[in-house]
Amino acid sequence: MIAMNRNNLLSLENLKVYFYTEEGVVKAVDGVNFIMDKGETVGLVGESGSGKTTLGLSILRLVPPPGRIVEGRVLFDGMDLTRLSENEMRKIRGRRISMIFQDPMTSLNPLMKVGDHIVETIMTHEKILREEAIERARLLLEDVGILPERFNDYPHQLSGGMRQRVMIALALALKPDLVIADEPTSALDVIVQYQILELMRKLKQTYNMGLILITHDVSVVAEVADRIAVMYAGQLVEYSDVNSFFNKPLHPYSEALLESIPNIQLSDKKLKYIAGAPPNLIDPPRGCRFHTRCPYAENRCSEVEPQTVEFERRRFVKCFKYLR
Amino acid sequence: MIQVKDLKKYFPVQRGLLERVLSRKVDYIKAVDGVSFEIKKKEIFSLVGESGCGKTTTGRLILRLIDPTSGTIIFKGRDITFLRGEELRRLRKTMQIIFQDPYASLNPRMKIGDAVGHPLEIHGIAEGQEKKRIVFETLKKVGLEPPEKFYNAYPHELSGGQRQRAAIARAIIVNPEFIVADEPISMIDVSLRSKLLELMKQLQEELELTYLFITHDLAVSKYISDKVAIMYLGGIVELGSKKEIFSNPSHPYTIALLSAVPVPDPSVKRKRIDLKGEVPSPINPPSGCRFHTRCPFKEKMCEIEKPYFIKISEDHFVACHKPFSLNINQHYI
Amino acid sequence: MLFPNIISFILRRLKFKKGVKYYFTFAGFIIIASFISMALLAPYIAPYNPIKKAGDPLESPSFKFPMGTDGLGRDILSRIIYGTRIVLRVTLISMVLSFLVGVPIGLLSGYAGGKLDSIISLFMDSLYAFPGLVLAIALAVMLGPGEISMGISLTVVYIPTYFRMVRGETLSVKENLFVEAAKAIGAKDRTVMFKYIFPNIIPSLPIVLSLNAADAVLTAAALSFIGLGITAPTPDWGFDLRMGYPYLTSKIWWPSTFPGLMIVLLTLGFSLFGEGLTEILNPRLVRK
Repeated sequence: MIAMNRNNLLSLENLKVYFYTEEGVVKAVDGVNFIMDKGETVGLVGESGSGKTTLGLSILRLVPPPGRIVEGRVLFDGMDLTRLSENEMRKIRGRRISMIFQDPMTSLNPLMKVGDHIVETIMTHEKILREEAIERARLLLEDVGILPERFNDYPHQLSGGMRQRVMIALALALKPDLVIADEPTSALDVIVQYQILELMRKLKQTYNMGLILITHDVSVVAEVADRIAVMYAGQLVEYSDVNSFFNKPLHPYSEALLESIPNIQLSDKKLKYIAGAPPNLIDPPRGCRFHTRCPYAENRCSEVEPQTVEFERRRFVKCFKYLR
Repeated sequence: MIQVKDLKKYFPVQRGLLERVLSRKVDYIKAVDGVSFEIKKKEIFSLVGESGCGKTTTGRLILRLIDPTSGTIIFKGRDITFLRGEELRRLRKTMQIIFQDPYASLNPRMKIGDAVGHPLEIHGIAEGQEKKRIVFETLKKVGLEPPEKFYNAYPHELSGGQRQRAAIARAIIVNPEFIVADEPISMIDVSLRSKLLELMKQLQEELELTYLFITHDLAVSKYISDKVAIMYLGGIVELGSKKEIFSNPSHPYTIALLSAVPVPDPSVKRKRIDLKGEVPSPINPPSGCRFHTRCPFKEKMCEIEKPYFIKISEDHFVACHKPFSLNINQHYI
Repeated sequence: MLFPNIISFILRRLKFKKGVKYYFTFAGFIIIASFISMALLAPYIAPYNPIKKAGDPLESPSFKFPMGTDGLGRDILSRIIYGTRIVLRVTLISMVLSFLVGVPIGLLSGYAGGKLDSIISLFMDSLYAFPGLVLAIALAVMLGPGEISMGISLTVVYIPTYFRMVRGETLSVKENLFVEAAKAIGAKDRTVMFKYIFPNIIPSLPIVLSLNAADAVLTAAALSFIGLGITAPTPDWGFDLRMGYPYLTSKIWWPSTFPGLMIVLLTLGFSLFGEGLTEILNPRLVRK
C-alpha cells in the first residue's frame, strides 16, 4: 500500500491469518491493509467471526494454533513483527505494544496482589529497584482511578470495573507506543463502561499512545476513537475518521449496521435489519463477501472482489460503488 | 394482568461449616427488596437495570420458577404467590420464558421439532401428527423455514439467532398470554438483533401477548417498551411510560444511566452525571434511600428515610426525595 | 487396580496422534469380539473336554496340546476357551446389574439433592472407600465360594462406581439452562430426569462400562486366584493361574502363563475400547 512515514505507528500489509482446523481452512483475516499514526485511537469494529480479535492478536503474534500468519507484514517502528524471533517478540510485548483482554478475571493471577502484578511487570522489563517500581505502580494505579489502599488487595476482592482498571494500568506500566484493547468494556455494566471509556480518553491525553479498540459496539467507538475500521468476514471494508463515518458511512455494511442499532437519543425510528447471515469463513462467497446481503449488489459484486479505494483523503472503502 | 406487591426475595448466604457452628446469625442477599408494579394486558413492560439489580430474579419470581420470600404475585386476578405442584405446572401453559443464552436453553440431545413440540405434549394439547402440524406452523411463524429442515435438526446445527427463534417458538406454541423475555438479544450478533426484536413485536401483535422484557440495554428498552421500570439494588427507583422515562427522567440514577449510554454519534456532547463508588453489596444495602451512597445530590434525609413513590404524572412515579425537574434533566439526555 | 491405570497412562500418551483413537477403539473391539466369539463357540472349537484328563500332566505345549496340559493332565487351551465363558458371564452380568442399580439411583439422588442425596451419597461413598479387591474379598468370604456369590460380590463392588459417576454428571447437567427451561414449560420431574438430563449423560456411559469391565475382569481373576471364586473343576482363568503357580519355579511356565495372558488380553481389550471411546466421544478440545 502506502509507504510508512515518520508519523506512522503501525502498518499492516496484506495480512492473512488462517486457521487450519479439522473442518477446513478458516480464513479469519484475509488480506488486510491498514495504517495508523502515532497517538491515534482506532476503533476496530466487527461482529463475531469478522476477524477483529484475530487481527489484534496477530499484531502481537499471539494467534493460538491451529491459526497462523500465512502472509503479509506487520510493520512497527521499522521492524516487520512477523519476521522476529520469539525472544525478540517477547521484548516487544508489554513494553512497546501491550494488550488488554476482555475478561479481567481470567487475565489476572488470583494469587497475586493487585499492586504486585504491576511491580512484577515493571521489574521484568526494566532494571530498577523494587522500591522504585512500587512507587511507579502506586502512581499508575492512582492514574487509573484505584485508591492507594487497594494496592494490596487480591483480584477477587475487586469489582469487574476495578479489575479492568488494573488491566489498563498493567498495559500502560511500561509506557508502550501502542495498546490493543480487545472488547475492554463488553463485560461491564453501562455506568462502569462509561467510566472506563472516560478513563481511556483521559489516558490518551497523558500517555499519547496509539490505541486499537476492538469492539462490536459502534457507539463505543463514537465515544472514544479518532478513526474507525470496519471488518466483515475477515476483511477491512471501510476505514475512515469517525466524524465522516457517522455522518455518512460509505460501505453498505456500515450503512446497514448503523441503521440496525437503536440510538437512545433518536425517537422511534424504525430499525432496519440486514438480511441473511455472516458468511462461512472456510468457504466465503465469491467476489465481494458482503454481496449476498447487500441491497446495492450488482453482477460484478458476485464475481470479482472489489479493490480498496481511497474515496477521500484517508477514507478508504472496499466496494464497487466507489470504483469509477 | 400481572400485579406484584412488595415482592421480596432474600437468598441466604452460604456459610462454611465452622461459621454455622460458631454463630447463629445468617446473612441474606436481598436480591429483590420490596418491588411493586403492574403490567397491563398486551403491554410490553421492561425492567431495566445493571447486573445484580435483581431484574432477572424478579422475572423468575413472577414466573414462579423460584419461591418468593414474601410479597404477593397476582396473575389475572389469581394469587399465585405460593402456588405449587400440579397447579403450578398447569399455570405454565399461560406464562412462558425466553432465556438470554440461546446456546444453553435448548437441550442439545433433542431435535428442534421435539423441543418445540414438547410443551404441547406436556399440557395434553396435541400429539402425533397434529402436534407435528402445529410445530410446523409455529416454526414458520418465527421464520424458521422450511420447517421440515428445522424440525429434524439439532441445536448445534443452528446459529445463535436461529436457536433463539426456536426458543421463541417453544415459548409461544401453547398460546401463552404472558412471556418473560430475559435479555433475549444480548447474546445475539448486533446486526441480527433488530430482526429478532421485530419478530417479538410482530408476535406480540399477532398473538396478543403481554411481555416482561428484562434488559440492561436502555436503547433497546426505549425501542420496544410501552412501560419502563428502572431497578437498582433490588428496588425500583423509577417507573413510568416509555415517553415519560426517556424524555423526563427524574431519578438521578436514571439520568446517570441515560447519560452513560454511548451514542453512535461523535458530535453529541452531553452533560453527564458521574456516579462515585460502586454498587453496594446486596447483603447490607444502605439505610434510607438505597442509592444515597453514590448519589451526587444526596442530602441528610436521604441517608435516614427511605423514599416512597412520588407521583409525577398519571403514569410516572419516582422513588426519590429530590427528583429532577423537567428543565434540568434535559441537559443530560 | 494398578494395571488398568498403567494401560490408561500409556494410552493417554499415545492418544495425541490423530486417528489413533479409532485404532484403539477398533483394536479393543476386535479383542472383545474375539473373546465373545470364543465363548459362544466354545463347544465347537475346544479340542478337548476341559474338565477331563486328556493327556499326561504338565506336558509342554505341542501340536497336540497347543498350550500344554495342567497339573491334572487337562488341555489348557480347552480350559482357556471354556474359561472365557465363565469370565464373560460373571463379569458382564455383574456389570449389567451394577449398572441397572447404580445408574437410576445416581440419577435420582443427583436430581433430588438435599437430605436424600446426602444420605445415599454417604452410604455409597463408604462403600466406594474400600479398595475394590478388599471389598470383593470380604463379600466373597461372607457369601462363600461359587459363581453366584462371586457375581454378587462384583455387582456390589461396582454399584458405587456407577452411582458416583451418574450422580456427578446429573449434578452438572442439572445446572444447565435447558433443564430450567424444561421446568419452565411445565415438565414433570420425571420427564426432566429422563428426557432432558439422562440423554446428556449417555455419552459418558459406554466408557465407564468398558473401563469398569476391565477392572472387573481383574477383580474376578483375583478372587479366583485367592480361591474365593469359582470352584474346581470349572475352568477359570484366575483359578488356573493359581493352580499353575507352584510349577513356575520348576520352569514349567505354561499352566500359569496362558491364563495370565488371557486375563491381560481381555483387560487390555476393554481398556482400549473404553479409552478410545473416551477420545472419540469427548475429544480433547483441540487447541482452538
